[in-house]
Amino acid sequence: MAKASPAITLRGVTKSFGKTVAVNHLDLEIGSGEFFSMLGPSGSGKTTVLRLIAGFELPDAGTIELAGTDVTNLAPFDRDVNTVFQDYALFGHMSVLENVEYGLRVRKVNKAERTKRAMHALETVRLADFADRKPSQLSGGQRQRVALARSIVVEPKVLLLDEPLGALDMKLREQMQIELKQLQRQLGITFIFVTHDQEEALTLSDRIAVFNNGTIEQLGTPEELYEKPKSEFVAGFVGTSNIFTPEQSKKLFGKSGKFALRPEKVDVLAKAKSGSLSAKVEEVIYLGSYIRLLLDVDGISIKVTVSEGVFHRDQTVQINMSAADLVAL
Amino acid sequence: MKLNSGAKVGSGEIQPTFAHRISTVLYSKPKLRLRLLLAAPVTWLGLVYIAALLALLITAFYTVDSFTGDLKPGFALDNFISLFTDSLYRAVTFRTIGIAFGVTVVDVLLALPIAFFMAKIASPKLRGVLVISILMPLWASYLVKAYAWRSVLSNVGVFAWLLRPLGLDTPGYSLLGAGITLGYLWLPYVILPIYSSLEKVPNNLLEASSDLGAKTWGTIRRIVFPLILPGIVAGSIFAFSLTLGDYITINIVGGANQMLGNLVYTNVGVANNLPMAAAIALVPVVIMFGYLTAVRKTGALDNL
Repeated sequence: MAKASPAITLRGVTKSFGKTVAVNHLDLEIGSGEFFSMLGPSGSGKTTVLRLIAGFELPDAGTIELAGTDVTNLAPFDRDVNTVFQDYALFGHMSVLENVEYGLRVRKVNKAERTKRAMHALETVRLADFADRKPSQLSGGQRQRVALARSIVVEPKVLLLDEPLGALDMKLREQMQIELKQLQRQLGITFIFVTHDQEEALTLSDRIAVFNNGTIEQLGTPEELYEKPKSEFVAGFVGTSNIFTPEQSKKLFGKSGKFALRPEKVDVLAKAKSGSLSAKVEEVIYLGSYIRLLLDVDGISIKVTVSEGVFHRDQTVQINMSAADLVAL
Repeated sequence: MKLNSGAKVGSGEIQPTFAHRISTVLYSKPKLRLRLLLAAPVTWLGLVYIAALLALLITAFYTVDSFTGDLKPGFALDNFISLFTDSLYRAVTFRTIGIAFGVTVVDVLLALPIAFFMAKIASPKLRGVLVISILMPLWASYLVKAYAWRSVLSNVGVFAWLLRPLGLDTPGYSLLGAGITLGYLWLPYVILPIYSSLEKVPNNLLEASSDLGAKTWGTIRRIVFPLILPGIVAGSIFAFSLTLGDYITINIVGGANQMLGNLVYTNVGVANNLPMAAAIALVPVVIMFGYLTAVRKTGALDNL
C-alpha cells in the first residue's frame, strides 16, 4: 500500500445528530487500491463515516482528505468518490443506459463518448443487453449491477458501497461478492465497503474496521480480527466465540482473566483422555457442512463446532480445550 | 351438540347465520361484490356528472324566442357563432385564459419552494405545522377571503401602506388585484399535490445525483422535476380550472372587469339566455379538455 498518499485520511472526525454521537473522534487511513470494510452493528457509526466521506454529511470536527487533498467542506459533486447505495437509488424515470450515462451527462461528455463509456461499464457488469430497460424491469441483482456500473463509469478514485448486498438473497449475494472482488481487482480502485455481515467482510476485505458506538473497536486484516480479537465485542461480532469470565477461566484452565475461544478450537473426543472434560449435549444444530453443539460443562455453556459425527441431546461427550488457543481479552 | 357460551372454536359445527350466508355468497361471487360496491357512486356519477354535462351540451344548441323569452329546442349554432364573432365574448375569453394562465404559473412558482421545504428540509414537527397552516385557510369561506383581499387591496389597505413609501401603489380593484386574490385562493390546492409528489421522491436519489456530479440545479432539472411533474400538473389543473370558472372574486376585487363566469351569470339572470350561458360555460370545459389532452401526450400522467 502506498503509504505516501493514502486514498482517504480521516483525522479526529466527529459527527453528532442531536444528542447522539454517531462518530466520535475518528482517525482512519485507507490505502489506495485497498478493499476496506467497515463492519459493525446498526447504529455503530459505519454508515455515517461513509456518508461523511461521500460528502452527504459534514463533520462537526476533524478533517477528511482524499488522496492528500482536504475535502472536508466540499459538496458531494466536487469529490472524486462515488457511492453505491443500499437500495441502489436508481433513477426510475430513466432507462438503464441513461442511468449509467448520468454522471457523464452532467459532466458534459458528448453523446457518442458517453454512450460508448456507459455501454462499456454495462459490459463490465454483464448487463449490456439490458441497456434499454427501465430499472423497474430488472431483478434485485441486476439493479445492483446497474448501480455499480453507474458509479464506476465516472472512474472515481474511491468507490463507497453502503451495504450493497443487503437486499439480495443468499445465493445471489455470494455470487455478487465474487463479482465485487473481481471488479475491484480489475479496476484497481479503492473500495470502502460498509456491512453488518461479518462473513461478507471476512470474505472480501484486505482490512476491516470493526465499529462500535461511533469508534473503531479494532482494525486489522480478516485473519488478525478472527484469530486475535482484542475485545469481547470483536470476539463476539466477528465469527462466534465462547467468552469465559475470569471465574470460568480459573475453573476450566486454571488461568486468571477473561478469554475468548473459537468453537472450532474445541475438540470432541471419542473417549476420555487426560485433561479432557466431560460435557452434556444441550442442543444439536445441524448445518450441513458442520454441526454446532451447545455443551454444558459443570454449569458453563460452551459452543462447539464439529465437522461430523452423530450427536443427540443429553448425550455425554468428552471435550478437550487447549489453553494455547485462548485469546486474552 | 350444546354450546355453552357462544361459538366453540374448532368444534367444526358452525350454525350459519343469515349474515354468514350472505358473506359466503359474496365471497364466491367477486363480480357481484364489485357491482354492489360501485352501484351507488356510479349511479351518482352517471346522473349528476355525466347527465348534467350532457344537458349543458344539448342546451347550448337551443335558442331563445326573442319575443316570449321561451326556450326553443333544436340544433342551432347561433350561440357558438356569436361566441366566436362577438368581440365582447372573445375579449372576455382571452382575458379569462390569460388570468388563469398567469395565476397558475405564479402559484406553481410559489408552491415549488414551499413544497420542497416542507417535504425535504423541514423537521417532521415543523412539517405538520406547515401542512396545517396551508390547510387552515381552506376552512374559511371563500367569500370572507375575497372580502379580506378587498380590504388589503383598497386605497387605504395594507398594500397601499406598504408600497406607497416605495413609490409604488396598490393594484387596487383591477385584473391584477383579481389575479393576486385568485392566486392566494388556489395556492393550497397547488402546494399540496406538489408536496405529496415531492415527498415520494426518495432522498437518496438526490444524493445519488449529487454524488454523480450534478450540481443543485442539475439535480432539480434532471431528477426532481421529471418525478414531480404529475404533481405540478395536478396542481396546475386546480389553479387553472378554478380560475376559469370563477366569477365572484372578479366581482369583489376586479373592478368592472368581467370573466367568463360573469357572462354565464348575466346570461342566466339578466339576459335570460340560458342556451348562451350554456355555450359560454362550455368554453372552460373545452379548454380544460385540451389542456389535459396536451398534458397526457407529454406522458406526465403515466406515473400518477
